[in-house]
Formats: sequence, structure tokens, C-alpha cells
Amino acid sequence: MTGQPLSSALLAQPDLPWAALDPPPVLIPLGMTPVSAGFPSPAEDYADRRLDINDYLVRNPVSTFFFTVRGNSMQDADIDDGDILVVDRSIEPAHGHIVVAFVNGERLVKRLHRQRNTVALLAANPAYPPLELRDGNALEIWGVVVGKFKRIPA
Amino acid sequence: MHTSTPTVALVDCNNFYASCEKLFAPKLASRPVVVLSNNDGCVVARSAEAKALGIAMGVPWFKIAEQAQQHGVVALSSNYALYADMSNRVVDVLSGFTPELEVYSIDESFLNLSGFAHLDLTAYGQQIRHRVARWVGLPVCVGIAPTKTLAKLANHFAKKRPIFDGVCHLDRLDETTRKQLFSETAVNEVWGVGGRITARLAELGIETVEVLRTADPEWIRQHFSVVLERTVRELNGTACLALETIAPPKKQIMASRSFGSAVFHLIELREAIAHHISRAAEKLRAQGAEAGAVTVMIRTNPFKPTDPQYQRSVTVPLAHPTADTLELVETAAAVLKRIYRPGLAYHKAGVMLSELQPAGARQCDLFDHPTQDARRHATMQAMDAINQKWGRGTLRAAAAGRAQGWQMRRERLSPAYTTSWAELPIALAR
Repeated sequence: MTGQPLSSALLAQPDLPWAALDPPPVLIPLGMTPVSAGFPSPAEDYADRRLDINDYLVRNPVSTFFFTVRGNSMQDADIDDGDILVVDRSIEPAHGHIVVAFVNGERLVKRLHRQRNTVALLAANPAYPPLELRDGNALEIWGVVVGKFKRIPA
Repeated sequence: MHTSTPTVALVDCNNFYASCEKLFAPKLASRPVVVLSNNDGCVVARSAEAKALGIAMGVPWFKIAEQAQQHGVVALSSNYALYADMSNRVVDVLSGFTPELEVYSIDESFLNLSGFAHLDLTAYGQQIRHRVARWVGLPVCVGIAPTKTLAKLANHFAKKRPIFDGVCHLDRLDETTRKQLFSETAVNEVWGVGGRITARLAELGIETVEVLRTADPEWIRQHFSVVLERTVRELNGTACLALETIAPPKKQIMASRSFGSAVFHLIELREAIAHHISRAAEKLRAQGAEAGAVTVMIRTNPFKPTDPQYQRSVTVPLAHPTADTLELVETAAAVLKRIYRPGLAYHKAGVMLSELQPAGARQCDLFDHPTQDARRHATMQAMDAINQKWGRGTLRAAAAGRAQGWQMRRERLSPAYTTSWAELPIALAR
């Protein structure tokens, strides 16, 4: 890439490989560290656990599963291609929830529309029509989407 | 000691491996699914649809493959990563229902429900079923009874008889119904009654659970064993088997596998042996033990009678007990060299660590090197920590090799849906 400005070289490769994913780190509260000499830390009494993203995204670990999104039909709901969804099976699916559903042999992410006698799966993108569910469509609401995350190449 | 009548529930996942596969693969929804053993050998799990087709447990896949595929049967390799994670999730859910739980196998747990007599236990069982189905996505059946043996039997009824809707509380049935169920059930459905005992019982006219239950326990002990006597007492509601909530430490640790394809050379066999030793030593250290002896076993394929056959297994005692992977690999490699015969098609290799004892219990001998030992110990700790963090086999003895062409064949393996970021299920946004 000689002679090419760095920025355009980077733009020419939008799909930078992702960094290797680390397993959740083991965090050690500050107060556990034995200190043998010197002044006691004024913060010692305030020692607390460092923030763990699992606590923020995962409500019920045993019933939580992750799915990777493919496609852009949910873009107006801030769910984009490549995002990883946090799906919790312990939540009762309700009208308005974003859900992972198994329909006719496919795994879909959609917004659940359930009012009176109609059940439909809606996209969050005007380019995709709603999927009305009638008898004969095998539908299983697999779990409720409670979060998402992604990495940003850097 | 329990103040109220002891009550045990056995919760068993239906067609566990096949159900795990179906949970993540909507295309398998109503299709017959079978899961195959190591090296895609035999059928070890069947979905309800596969059972309905009459596919037997344990049948070699190659014998039925053609016909099964005509019926649309999907055959999959054993996806242990998936099954282990799903099993742990089920156990986590179940532990919310009892203060005392015994994980009996990958798909069965005993729950102590003594002292829950004030509850409607049938309804409680339904609650267990619904929560596991909802939270984890797997179907389970629940058998409730005063003893483990009866709970197993109750689970069998819950599974086989739709009238129970997945939960059978044996004490809630009236005497006549219970007797009828026992009379309609063959003795080999009883926990611990295997083929040989079944045949001997049949000779004496004991063919149903009811006949066995009403047999004289003393007479059973004289003609069979204390074990079967205990079974008879358990069938009558006297608890003889306690819940084993903590797994007793293993007396020996085995690791062995058949090869994906035949192995001829010493160097490949040595890699396999080193790999097995590494796994076994990891388990050894996890239970805080050291091994006093190492066994190395190799053999050709007995199912290919036209090939020259050879099998050899040798156990050597160690100068001093150890849990050091490198030391154990060295010893095993030396043993292997002694038993290896060139020119044969090897099919299986394995190791066993035995004469286990708590680490650090041994006496020093003349040839010990305390400082070196301490350094080795630290090396092993670091190795286990790294392998736990970065995945099994990240750091291994060089003798275990890099290519590992002898690893088992799993050509029909589904993704590790829940344990690998790279293999998560895809949700289509379209």
C-alpha cells in the first residue's frame, strides 16, 4: 500500500478482522489486596466490584442465549447485521417484544404483534412486509430479546 | 434423619441429546433425529420420531444408514460441548427446587423433596417441567416416590404413559392402580436389574416388578445378592440408597478413544497417549490427587477380524506418586515403546491413572528434588489456568503433537451453539 494515504487504505478494508474474544475476566475487589506497608488507602472502605457487562445485559444466566443477527430488517429497532442478541427464555413474550421466533424452519428476529385475535411478526424496516401468522404456519416464540452488543473494529 | 417421610424426585430429560439438537435447529422440528456415538459409530440417542420408526438404541449407523435416510432420518455426531452446557443449565434450574440434589448422569438428577409434604407434589413436578421447558427449552419427566429406585420407576411411568402428563407421584396412586402398573412392567425396567439378573429371575418365575416387589428379601439375598435385596426393599418404600450430593473422589481416572482412522506409527500413538495423559492429569489435579501407577493400553480393531489382531495393556508403578503431566507423559511414552509392535493398524489407545492418593501425602525419598517439585507444581498450575481460560489444549506437552490426525471422527457435528462465539446460531433479520 505504498503511496496511499492511510485513511483510504483503511477504508478499502472495511472488514477488519475482529480481535480475539476474551472470556469474562476475573475481577478482584480492591479491598482483597493485602498491603504490607505505607499509608492505608483512603478508598479502602469503598472497595466495590468493578463493573461487569454481564450484570448489565444478562438478567437470568441459565435462560440466556446469544444469537448473531444476519440481515437489516430490524434496523429501525437498532438491531443491525452482525449484532449479537441477548435472548432470555424466562421472559413471557408479550405484544411489542422483540423476539427470536422459529417460523417454518427458520430462525427469525422480529417484533411480536399480538392483539385480539391476530398474531404477526413485524420487521422494523419499511422494506419488509409483516408476517401474518395463520394456522399452518409453524410458529414458536423461542425467546425474548433483552439486549444486544457488538464490537467496533479498532 | 428426616422427620417426615422421605421423598425423592427423579427428573430425566426426554431424548436428551436429540432434544438439544432440535432446540437450536428449526429445520429438525418434526424430523426423526438420531445422535451417533464417538466416530459416528452407533445410535446413542433418538428423537420421538426416530423411535417411532423403530430405530433401535445402540444399532451401528452403517447398518441402517441407507434405509434411515430414505425415511428422512437426520444423523448427527455427539456434540458434547452443547450437551454439557445444556445439562448444566438444567441442573441450575433444578437446584432452585430443592436444597439437595444429586446429579446422577448428564440427563438425570435426583431431588430431595423430603419435608415438602405440605405441597401438592404433582403440581410441583409440573412446575419443574414447565420451568425447564420454558427457561432451557428441554422436555423433562418427573417421577416422585419415597425411594430412589421407586422414583426411577415412577419416572419410567411418567415417560411411557401419557395419562400422567409427564409427572408420576407414586404415593398418590391408589393401591390397585399401583399394583396394576407394577404387574404390567418387566423387571428389567427396575434400576440396577440388568440382562443377566433378568434372565435368572425369569427362570425363577419373577418377571414383573410386582412379583419382585413381593419376593422375600432374605431369600433374594441368599439366591442373588445384597444389592438385589436392597432393590426389593427400595421397591417396598424403604430407602436404602442415600442421595449422593457430593461425587466421591474417583479411584482411578481413565482416558481412551478410538481413532478416526487407523494409526500405524509409534509417533502418532505417542501423541494420542500424551493427549490422554494430559486430560487425565488435568482431572487428577482438579480433584487434588496424585497417581501411583500408570496404565497404557493399545489395540487393533476387533471388528476387522481379517486384520492381524493385537492388544496389550501394561501397568507400571511410579517411583513416587505424581500429578505432573510431563512426568506422567514420560513414563507412559516409555511403556508404549515397550508394547508397540510395528506394522499393525491400531484402532484405540488409552491410559489409566490409578492408586490415587491426596496430593502431598507422600513421604520424601532419597531421589526427591523438593525445589524442582515446587517449580513443576507451579508450572502445572499455570498450565491448568491457561487451558481453562483459553480453551482445552491451548498449552500441552509437546509430545501430544500438533496435527492430531488421530482425533475422533465427527463428520456430522452441529455447531457449539452456546459455547463458542464463532458458532452462535444465526437469527435472520429479513
